[in-house]
Amino acid sequence: MLRMEKHMNRQQLLDLYYLEARSKLIDLAAFLDRIERAEGAPDFRLNALKEALPHLQDPGGERAKNVLLHLSDPTAEPIPAATTKAACGAWPGKG
Amino acid sequence: MRYIEPHAHMVSRVTDDYQSMVVAGCAAVCEPAFWAGFDRSSAAGFHDYFCQLTEHEPRRASKYGLPHFCWLCLNPKEAEDVGLAKDVVALLPQFLSRANVLGIGEIGLNKNSRNELKVLEMHVELAAQHDQLILVHTPHLEDKLKGTKLTLDVLRAHPGIRPERCLIDHVEEHTVKLVLDGGFWAGMTLYPETKCTSARAVDILECYGNERLWMNSACDWGVSVPLAVPYAAQEMRRRGHAPAAIDRVIYQNPVRFLSQCPKFKLPDAPL
Repeated sequence: MLRMEKHMNRQQLLDLYYLEARSKLIDLAAFLDRIERAEGAPDFRLNALKEALPHLQDPGGERAKNVLLHLSDPTAEPIPAATTKAACGAWPGKG
Repeated sequence: MRYIEPHAHMVSRVTDDYQSMVVAGCAAVCEPAFWAGFDRSSAAGFHDYFCQLTEHEPRRASKYGLPHFCWLCLNPKEAEDVGLAKDVVALLPQFLSRANVLGIGEIGLNKNSRNELKVLEMHVELAAQHDQLILVHTPHLEDKLKGTKLTLDVLRAHPGIRPERCLIDHVEEHTVKLVLDGGFWAGMTLYPETKCTSARAVDILECYGNERLWMNSACDWGVSVPLAVPYAAQEMRRRGHAPAAIDRVIYQNPVRFLSQCPKFKLPDAPL
């Protein structure tokens, strides 16, 4: 598998994407605060999201892949029947 | 700039979108059969939809000078009803010879159920019997990884299916290698909230190469952007990629894959 040539160094990528990444990080923090201020019990999605956060510190350049794997159904067998059409973004079996 | 939009649900879009796409350099649009947002009540509803994709929508696109191609199937979201699926699959052969039909798609899985798998296998068998290209939808979010693996197993198990004639769509960082390592083509869908952003799509290209990858907007009736492909091309430019490398991904790669169907012919498009 041939990788495409990368044209930007770390400094250039920081210049291009830092503010966007900072904004997304603060949005995530504000979302967690918003959930905490609200009443009622959360569902499995909150735990799934929080448990994915340590993957941001993973070495090896596969953080996005690792977060996606963490939020995926890890089972291999087809389910007996589809009772809904929608996906929710986390696997209920984890929580 | 020239580009192919290899996956767009134009029946759900307004004519302004056609205008914008053509002005942005779109040289052809390909429309897979998909879920309308509600379940059809009978095979007759699909018959009408297939007529829309093969008769009406090409005429609408032609008013903007845009070649329109399509893929036909019963989509995975309506595949839980195997009886309906059998009736719809039985309709397909009469449409496959129509001038703008590229193959069978977008087939695949949605919730990874047993019935969805049966219907996927029915479509794969039909594609093999009629020597059709295949376009695969992979499931959303938490269901994507498992659904991709199950789908690749079905395709690999059929002796009449060649991976280079199948495109597995909606890949992300956790599924792209599975697809490419199997010899299949991979599509990245550019969505504002789910699937890939432009920046992530360029990351994937830089990590996994541009040999068998394309990008599409998959614009439909939901949150989606008909100009997502030219926007991603702009992201490639911002990252320093040369015009020839961008053209490879957004024009030449779709042409390479789609030209395996002899009906995919384009007027010469300028660089």
